[in-house]
Amino acid sequence: MMKVVNHKIPSVDGLGVMKGRHAFTDDFSDKHSLFIKVLRSPHAYARIVSIDCEAAKQLPGVEMVITHNDVPRIPFTRAGQGYPEPSPHDKFVLDEYVRYVGDEVLAVAADSPETCDKALELIQVQYQVLTPILNFEEAVDNEIILHPEPEIHEMFPIGFEPKRNIAASYEMHVGDIENVLKKSDVVIEETFFTQAQAHAMMEPHTVNARIDYQERLILYSATQTPYHVRRIISQGLGIPLSKIRVIKPRVGGGFGGKQAIHGEMLVSLVTYKTGKPSKMIYTRKEVFESSYTRHPMRMDVRLGATKDGILEAIDFKVLSDTGAYGEHALTVFMVVGSKVLPLYNKVKSVRFYGDVVYTNHTPAGAFRGYGAIQGNFGLESAIDMLCEKLGMDPIEFRQKNMMKETETSPIFAIMGEGTEGTAMDMDTCKLEECVETGARLIDWYKKYPRIDMGDKVKSVGMAIAMQGSGIPFIDMGSATIKLNDDGFYNLLIGATDIGQGSDTVLAQIAAEELMTTIDKMIVYSSDTDLTPFDVGAYASSTTYVSGNAVWKAAKQMKAALIKEAARILKTTEEQIEFDGVTFQNEKEESISLVDLSNQITYSEDQKQLSVTSSYVGHKSPPPFMAGFIEIDIDKETGEIDIVDYVSVVDCGTTINPKLAEGQVNGAIVQGLGMAIFEDVKYSQTGKLISNSFLNYKIPTRLDINKLTTVFVDSYEESGPFGAKSVGEIGIDTPPAAFANAVYNALGIRIKELPITPEKILLALKEKETN
Amino acid sequence: MLVNVIVNQETKTFVCEPGDYLLDTLRAYNYLSVRRGCDNTSCGVCTVLLNGKPVPSCSVLTASVEGKSIITVEGIQAEAEKLGRHFGDEGADQCGYCNPSLALTVYAMKNDLFQPTEAEVREYLVGNLCRCTGYIQQERAIMKYLGDE
Amino acid sequence: MFVAEYVRPKNVEEAYQALIKDKKNLIIAGGAWMKLTKKSASKLISLEGLDLNKIVATEEMIEIGSMVTLREIETNENILNTCSGILSLACHNIMGINIRNIATIGGSVMARLAFSDIYPALLVLDASLVFYKSGEVSFADFLSHPNHDPDLLLGIRISRKAEAGYFRKVAITALDFAIVNLALSKTADSWRIAVGATPFIASLAIEAANYLDQYKELNDEIIQTAVNMALDEIKVSKNQRGSKEYRIELIKTYLKRGIRSVSEHVG
Ligand SMILES: Cc1cc2nc3c(=O)[nH]c(=O)nc-3n(C[C@H](O)[C@H](O)[C@H](O)COP(=O)(O)OP(=O)(O)OC[C@H]3O[C@@H](n4cnc5c(N)ncnc54)[C@H](O)[C@@H]3O)c2cc1C
Repeated sequence: MMKVVNHKIPSVDGLGVMKGRHAFTDDFSDKHSLFIKVLRSPHAYARIVSIDCEAAKQLPGVEMVITHNDVPRIPFTRAGQGYPEPSPHDKFVLDEYVRYVGDEVLAVAADSPETCDKALELIQVQYQVLTPILNFEEAVDNEIILHPEPEIHEMFPIGFEPKRNIAASYEMHVGDIENVLKKSDVVIEETFFTQAQAHAMMEPHTVNARIDYQERLILYSATQTPYHVRRIISQGLGIPLSKIRVIKPRVGGGFGGKQAIHGEMLVSLVTYKTGKPSKMIYTRKEVFESSYTRHPMRMDVRLGATKDGILEAIDFKVLSDTGAYGEHALTVFMVVGSKVLPLYNKVKSVRFYGDVVYTNHTPAGAFRGYGAIQGNFGLESAIDMLCEKLGMDPIEFRQKNMMKETETSPIFAIMGEGTEGTAMDMDTCKLEECVETGARLIDWYKKYPRIDMGDKVKSVGMAIAMQGSGIPFIDMGSATIKLNDDGFYNLLIGATDIGQGSDTVLAQIAAEELMTTIDKMIVYSSDTDLTPFDVGAYASSTTYVSGNAVWKAAKQMKAALIKEAARILKTTEEQIEFDGVTFQNEKEESISLVDLSNQITYSEDQKQLSVTSSYVGHKSPPPFMAGFIEIDIDKETGEIDIVDYVSVVDCGTTINPKLAEGQVNGAIVQGLGMAIFEDVKYSQTGKLISNSFLNYKIPTRLDINKLTTVFVDSYEESGPFGAKSVGEIGIDTPPAAFANAVYNALGIRIKELPITPEKILLALKEKETN
Repeated sequence: MLVNVIVNQETKTFVCEPGDYLLDTLRAYNYLSVRRGCDNTSCGVCTVLLNGKPVPSCSVLTASVEGKSIITVEGIQAEAEKLGRHFGDEGADQCGYCNPSLALTVYAMKNDLFQPTEAEVREYLVGNLCRCTGYIQQERAIMKYLGDE
Repeated sequence: MFVAEYVRPKNVEEAYQALIKDKKNLIIAGGAWMKLTKKSASKLISLEGLDLNKIVATEEMIEIGSMVTLREIETNENILNTCSGILSLACHNIMGINIRNIATIGGSVMARLAFSDIYPALLVLDASLVFYKSGEVSFADFLSHPNHDPDLLLGIRISRKAEAGYFRKVAITALDFAIVNLALSKTADSWRIAVGATPFIASLAIEAANYLDQYKELNDEIIQTAVNMALDEIKVSKNQRGSKEYRIELIKTYLKRGIRSVSEHVG
């Protein structure tokens, strides 16, 4: 019986944060920091012909103006991934070319934001405006080339062909797809589009720097990847790694948006050059326009099935828009296939292929769901369309064809993230139970497909999903546990809590193993000088990968404690019984942990007990879920009430059931945002119009009436106390489940996100006139 | 210019420019629980109580608060702690960047509305955006907080 | 914002003098809209302390001081009890409580916002504006004839004659500008219909209202004719929030529902 894990422990930091304690990056900026602001390109594509910044430099309070002439010309990627990165090195700190509206032209460092603004107004830049590529379907082999620079390169083969505007490409197949499709009784062929969703975390990108008394560069950064930040700065600016320290304080939400580096390069440059502290806080407009989005995609899907509903073929072609730079170009694309298509593992043939292209849009990058949400929308919409054609209940179809426990898919071995994948069997897969429970909770058979209510119609829709738990053989996490006098511990982790609660969850794992309570496990993350290495918060790796590292460390600490106890109680380690509080030997002589810790700290055979363990996954056990939505649609206006969203999730053991529920709930609402509300609009010249919370609508609390989130019993042997991941899985189902519910309500199929009331109503009108 | 205010029941004199916004002034005076979330008054993160009412400090000129009372979460620590405990029980806290502003708005609501329903609570708090939680657990916690005492 | 000086005039005349002295001197009310739209000013003229924050009700009308906040309107008993509370409802639908605690009705009127949710309500409440120099001006005239002479808005008068009313805002989320908004009212003998955010500034559908006035009892056909007449009168187009076609469908639906709802309440 577990005492800490699988219990609803309040998060270790909730109270302090609620009470407004200093916690976030800007709370730690030096009061006398130089402020840095960036002049951003008004053009989607242009060459900088000349820059006149003399007047700005003369302005009192201006410290420096940095242009592309002042920075080393070293191509790098801001992606914030492990090394070598699967993203092309196609970006310079500043460049002679600007490639999207909002791209960096130059930077000003001055004594206040107001001085920066004044200085920016005094700077004259002459541009040679170039014709941009704004339609990603026209990018490949366009005569306009967005990245002609000779220095840029891939780190290993990812299908990088910049001369063709291709950042990455890939192809795989199992079986002969054309042949299987030809022989299928029922075939559908459909095209789906997804938009460039914005992360919209509440804390804008924030970073500050200073030089400490050892002449080292110290950064506080709102980042998901402090170690990668340190490495990329070192590479990009030529500062020795040993001279850089990156501290991640509390982070105000990330969702993948803070995996990449943002202002880190510029503050490092300014502080390193001037010796003065500096800081940068993105405006909300910059967060929208000049950080990252989700990769917009076009998906061409063909499915083939027998007439009694056996899925035989999946053909999935993807065109992905990475925008101006190729951060996460290949890997997000791969996940469209690798974490979606195995859901239907019994097909005779599956093919997955396509290109990731450059355009003159805001770059795309990592975002919760990471390709799986796009692929899920395409596949799970298409499955319902196939069911319609087969005249089959979509739940029954899925039950017949979906992945089951102990089964596998050839895709796991073929597709990894940039490299080959890892074969694995589904040691835990409770999809059947998820689907069954969800159908019951939403009352599917009473409401499917619709209930007419006069002006409104009620309907339900569903989808299934899977994700991963870290990247096998690549993602590494580690943990240090240290014993203190008075018998409490420090848990030092490189894993980055960005609001998802990993500090609490990891402390629970350590506390459980050491049979102590959470208040005796003081957790600290993350600081490149103090905490051991961890790749950071991405790829749903923290609970599984870092959690396993913590679990190993805790076991090691337990062994070290028992060794000390055996020595003190003059027996062998095997004879020691430890209950978390007291050690006892076979003669029932005992010593408490408090006394032991005090003794080894102060009086006898003194030493610091401290252990460090690391973990690299050998597989990536997928969490699974079934998502069910109930909606009411106004037939005359297309307006939608989201009545309920039922999520039934198999994430293995929930280390903290309430926090796990929070992960799912938050992800469901973010997914609903992508499904219904979050419209991305560009002007004809490529300027992002939806660049503020006034023009980009994330769901409000009035849009969410009810979320029903439950977890099925599941225990993943390879996970810490049976856990898999839960951070991303929740976001995948809402777009397809919603699209399916709209179809069930009105018989209209919308294949382009977001599915707004306007699109629904106009499609309905069109259907009525036809 | 000089602006005399009462912040969390303490008399203060701010030295500021006539065009400065309260958010920046408060942060400059180390009230760091007051935070920026957007540039155009649309997220709720910078909310403080002005004469007891929630206002967006990013859009209130410091010059205009002469003689008024301001409350930040530093001024309602006991209430924030009570609310925080319910948040902990419901797993309602995630990044928490906006939690101080939410606590202030909830506190104001408690004085403004008599035994509000869940629907009224949502309407009152709709200006406080959250991207982490999906809102539902927050609302459970808030209803419990309102039900206390 | 770059501001040279922030002043607090002691009386309205002083405020007015400051306003007309320099084009770069601006009145500041709640300042919420100003923050979004103005980068600088020579002088910001505060209207606080000029006694413009009262709501005074009589049998026939309510006079709302220009500095009254949207939240005060939303919760005022008299306004809630006038014409089915449509002005309160219109305010209630604007953003979050924190903005409504600073945004004022005076600022809302003077900012001439095409998306304003308040304007349709004011139009069907037969509102008039009370200016310091120009005196009383009908709100409908104010909207259709932009006047460029600087003046100070002291208050807004709304009529209490209507027996029932209807207000509807359609937006993507509760924190968005309207795709369309509309209001209806009915006194003993006359209808008023106003539609805003089309995306043009709100206007009255006078012919459609006159048409409805002819009938004591309404049926679906009469309502449909009135809705079509209104659509002929009101200019509708597209912007980033919605297409023309969608707006037309929304106006059709909600005018129909609004007319039904009001006639049920009156009948
Ligand atoms: C983020 C945001 C979202 C909004 N969304 C909506 C919405 O969805 N629907 C809606 O209807 N409204 C909306 N509004 C507008 C809001 O309701 C107010 O109408 C607006 O803020 C103006 O009021 P204010 O008191 O802030 O005016 P201020 O910003 O102080 O002033 C606005 C203008 O009016 C002038 N002025 C003010 N008072 C007077 C006076 N007495 N005499 C002469 N001139 C004067 C000022 O000089 C200025 O030019 C929104 C506002 C914001 C900031």
